[in-house]
Order: sequence, then C-alpha cells, then structure tokens
Amino acid sequence: MTSLTWTRRRASVARFWRRYRRRRAGLYGLGALVLIALAALAAPLLVGGDVQSVTHAPGTALEPPSREFPLGTDQFGRSLSGLLLWGARVSLAVGLLAAALSVAIGTLIGVLAGHYGGWFATVAMRVTDWFLVMPSLVLAIVLATVMSRSMWTVILAIGITSWPTTARLVRAQTIAVESRPYIERAKALGGGHRHVMTRHVLPNVMPLVLSQTTLCISTAILTEATLAFLGLGDPTVVSWGGMLQDARETGAVSSGHWWYLAPPGIAIAVVALAFTLCGRAVESVLNPRLGAGR
Amino acid sequence: MTTVGSPAGAVRRPGTTTSAYPRYLAGRLGGAAVSLFAVLVTSFFLFRIIPGDPVKAMTHGMPTSAAQMATLRRQFGLDLPLWQQFTDYCAKALTGDLGMSYQFRAPVGELIAQKLPATLLLTGVAVVLYSALGLWLGTRTAWRHGGLGDRLHTGVALTLWSVPSFWLGLLLIIVFSVGVGPVPGMFPTGGMESGGDTGLAYVLDVAHHMVLPVLTLVAVGYAQTLLVMRASLLDEMGGDYLTTARAKGLRDDLVRRRHAVPNALLPTVTMIFINLGHVAAGSILVETVFSWPGLGGLFYQALSVPDLPLVQGLFVVFAGAMIVMNLLADLLYPLLDPRVGR
Repeated sequence: MTSLTWTRRRASVARFWRRYRRRRAGLYGLGALVLIALAALAAPLLVGGDVQSVTHAPGTALEPPSREFPLGTDQFGRSLSGLLLWGARVSLAVGLLAAALSVAIGTLIGVLAGHYGGWFATVAMRVTDWFLVMPSLVLAIVLATVMSRSMWTVILAIGITSWPTTARLVRAQTIAVESRPYIERAKALGGGHRHVMTRHVLPNVMPLVLSQTTLCISTAILTEATLAFLGLGDPTVVSWGGMLQDARETGAVSSGHWWYLAPPGIAIAVVALAFTLCGRAVESVLNPRLGAGR
Repeated sequence: MTTVGSPAGAVRRPGTTTSAYPRYLAGRLGGAAVSLFAVLVTSFFLFRIIPGDPVKAMTHGMPTSAAQMATLRRQFGLDLPLWQQFTDYCAKALTGDLGMSYQFRAPVGELIAQKLPATLLLTGVAVVLYSALGLWLGTRTAWRHGGLGDRLHTGVALTLWSVPSFWLGLLLIIVFSVGVGPVPGMFPTGGMESGGDTGLAYVLDVAHHMVLPVLTLVAVGYAQTLLVMRASLLDEMGGDYLTTARAKGLRDDLVRRRHAVPNALLPTVTMIFINLGHVAAGSILVETVFSWPGLGGLFYQALSVPDLPLVQGLFVVFAGAMIVMNLLADLLYPLLDPRVGR
C-alpha cells in the first residue's frame, strides 16, 4: 500500500519536472535561486563571520570599488561585497520564513473553512475579506512599529498581513476536492473530519500551496526590504534593505556613491524576480489554462 | 462584505443570488460599514499593546514633573478606563476628530487634510498613467501572445515589478538630479515646488518636480495592470463569439476593440479601483525618498518618532480609502456586468 503510494508520488513528481523543464523563464529563475542559495549558505566560508564587525573594519570609510574591496566600503570601512553576501542570509531567511508562516495560516484557514462550511466558514471568510481589503504594507508597518525591533517581528508582521489570498484559493480548491465521489467513499468507510482533511484534501491542495508559496516569497522579500529601509528591521543584523537605509542616511545619494546604493537593490530585484519566475512556471504547469507562462 | 478584493476578479457564482440591485446595494453598504468599524477597533487596540507609557514616550528627554504628566494624561484621556477610551475614540473618529499629534501638537485630522492634496495629485496622476500603460501593453501582448514583443514586455514588466520602488527612486535621483558622468542634473532632488512662482510658472514648476516620482510609481506599478489585462484577454480569446465576429468578416483590430477588449476589461476595472484605494498607502516610500509633502511622507515622519496618534490616524485613513474604493468597485460592477448582483 505505502509502496504503491510512493511509486505514484514519484511518478507525478517526475511528470511535474518534465513539464517544468519546458518553461525557460522558470529554469532561469530556478538556476539563479540555486546559485544565490549556495552563496548564502557558503557565506561564512567565503567572507568569514566578522564582516559585520564595526570595530574591526578592514578599510577606511566609503572607499570606491578596488581590488581589495570589489564593491567598495561602507561608512565604517566594512567591505560591501562581504555585507552583501551576508545580507543574502538575512533576506532569504526572513523571506522564506515569512512566506511559510503566511501560507501556513492561509492553508489552515482555507482548508477548515472549505471543509466545515456553515457559520465558521462565513466568519472566517469575512475576516479573510477584511484582511484582503486592508493595505497590507501599512498594516505590516503598523505591526512592526508597535512591536519590539527584531527579525521575528518582521517575519510575524509580513506573515500576518499576507495570508488572505492563499486562504481564498485553498478554500475554493478544498470545496472542489470535497465534491468528488471518493471523499464520500472515504466518509462512508468511517473516515472522520481529520482523516478527510489530512489524507485527502491536503495532498490535493499541496500543488496550489507550493506555487502560492513561491510567489509569496518574492513579495515577502520586497516587504522585508521596505520595512528595513523604513528603519523597522532588526538593528543588529545587516539585510539588503538595511544596507540601502544606511546608504541613504550616510548621504550616498547626494554625493553620488552609486556603488554603495546599486548592489543591494539589484540583489533584491534578482531574488524577487527569480522567485516570481519560478512561481509563475509552477502555476502554469499546474494550471495550463492560466496561460501565465506562455 | 466586499468580495472583489482579489485582483484576479471576484470569485462569484452567477445566478446564486436573486436579489435586485437595491438589495445588493444595501448589502455592500452594510459590509463596508462593518469593515470600517473593524478598522477602528483594530487601530484602537493595536496601539494599546505597546508596552510602556505613551506620556513618558511623549515627554522623553524633557524634565517633566508628576503633576505635568497627570495633566497630559488627562488631556489625552489616558486616565479613563479602557472601554470608555474606546467609546470616546469611536465617537470622535466619526466626527473626524482623530486626536492630537504628539510631534506637531496639532489635530491629526488637520495635518492629514493639509497633506492630502499633494498625495492625491502625485498618485492620482501616476495611477491614471500606469493603468493606461498597463491596459495598452496588456492588450497588445495578449493579442500577439508568444511573440517576441510579448516576451519582451512581460519580462521587462516583471523585472520592474521586482524592483523595490524606493531603490529605483534613489537611483533616479542619483542619475537625473545629482548627475552621473556626462548626465547633468536635470530634475530637482525632492519637494513639490521651488517657491516664489505663480500662475502657469507654478504649474510647470510642480510638474517639473513630479516627473521623477511619477516615473518611479509608474515603472513599479504598471506590471500588475499589464498582467491582469493580459491574462483576462487570453481567457476571452478562446471564446466562440470571437470566431463568430471574425466569420462575419470583421477586421482583426475591430474584433479586438469591439468584442474582446470590452469583456476582458471587467476584472481590470476592479483592479484599477483597488489601485486608486492604494493611492494614499502606495506612495509612502516614493514620497519619503522624494520628500514629497504628502501623506506618505507624513507617515514616515510619524513612524520615526513614533508619533502614535498620527500613525493611528493615517492607518485609519489609508484603510478607509481602500474600503471606500472597494465599495465603489462593487457598486459599479453590476452596472458593467449584468450577470453580477442580480
């Protein structure tokens, strides 16, 4: 029984990959992500853990790019290329965790509302609609303002404000799955609510959740950068948005220090674009009618 | 409650509701009222979870006696029980009184009213421009989908969409205001006017100041309209009625303009309204970067203190704008699409 399930699952993953491979934009996105993830994981080996140290900075303040510092130095004399690499860890970690939190909340509410229906679904969907109407960036900013400054605050603020789209999609998919005859069969054989939700509904909404997560990550990374730029990020770690804020505050704009300003923004854009391309490719594989990837 | 929140258009099952327009109208109005009340509740309690004493934060760094603190507390109504503070807050908010700003020592409502026109001007122009650009490019790319132009436009739009708006703004300032290499500084680095001009010169001066912020907003914003328009037109393009129109012998651009585009516009209309709702909130970063004297810049100033009554008031205004725009989209939609709301 289990081996049969696994054979089927392996086959469907292989089928998915065969179709995904045909989307060129999706492959570029995936390739970029693998490279960036490897660089972020290897950051301690490549640049060492003391790049963030303000007191043991190797260079002088605001040096232009040179052999020793390929991207120049910041106002403390720290190497910007090292900081950029180190910042990838923070930005990716926050983006991934916030998206995971947001999709988890959305999936939970979507499945419960789709499965139980009735007054619970009515209330849950009203709350979802309300959150959907709220300007999510403003809500995230307000949450980050009233809580203490830390990475977890940022993750929480993004996660709490961005789940409604997932909840709506998952609820619709849950209702579609539960109208199929095999659910009735499972119920007739004595399957309870939990069995139906975890064994039948959840595996069927997983592909949708996957594509939603990928799309969600790019938004989360952009929101993190925005919050850090507004000074609402964790002051103890260096993220790409935080680097941009530092650059602006040290007057990189008026003195034309483009080498301080350009790289973090490009890094944010590349990662966000890569996740968007992957998400759109996954979406178009799963739902060819959308025509998004064509 | 508003159901047209999702940009991809509402998930509605036509024919499940049998009420006529007045009943639909009443339902939507009631939903919007509940949403607005929920915003007031949220804004009140959200700002009460902050640990610490707002009066202490307000007088931070200034020598204040206990008697003065008590006076301030009474002045801001902080000595009353929580439920009474809440009812007072709601009653006042309904009359437009959003409290006093700690930072400016002025009524929040007045500050917002002062800054509102600048924001409406900047983002209004930007939303009109990027909606038009997005609709035009979305129609073109979908009609010739799969071609070189389609891939190019979709790629450029997705890339610009991934760019943080504040970063793009800063780069534009460096290149076009400060000047890089041979490029001279052509546009002002920020603000809304140079001062001293009147009449036509004043209008031109403001327009000159608006170029870079509007450019930033349009670049970052048009992708969404483009993608929604493109997806919705692609959806229509399989329709049998287009084959009929072609079989009648209509020219290709007539089939597009008269038959396909009007149907594909429906989901996009909702989205344009939602973008109008973002008018205030969407410009926080761009206004900050370009020191535009609008609500977004005011929000940033309030955040850095933090000036809680001002943050709270702006939150209510931003959220309220979204709710009102959603309501308008909901009310307009049945008039455009007779299948909805009957």
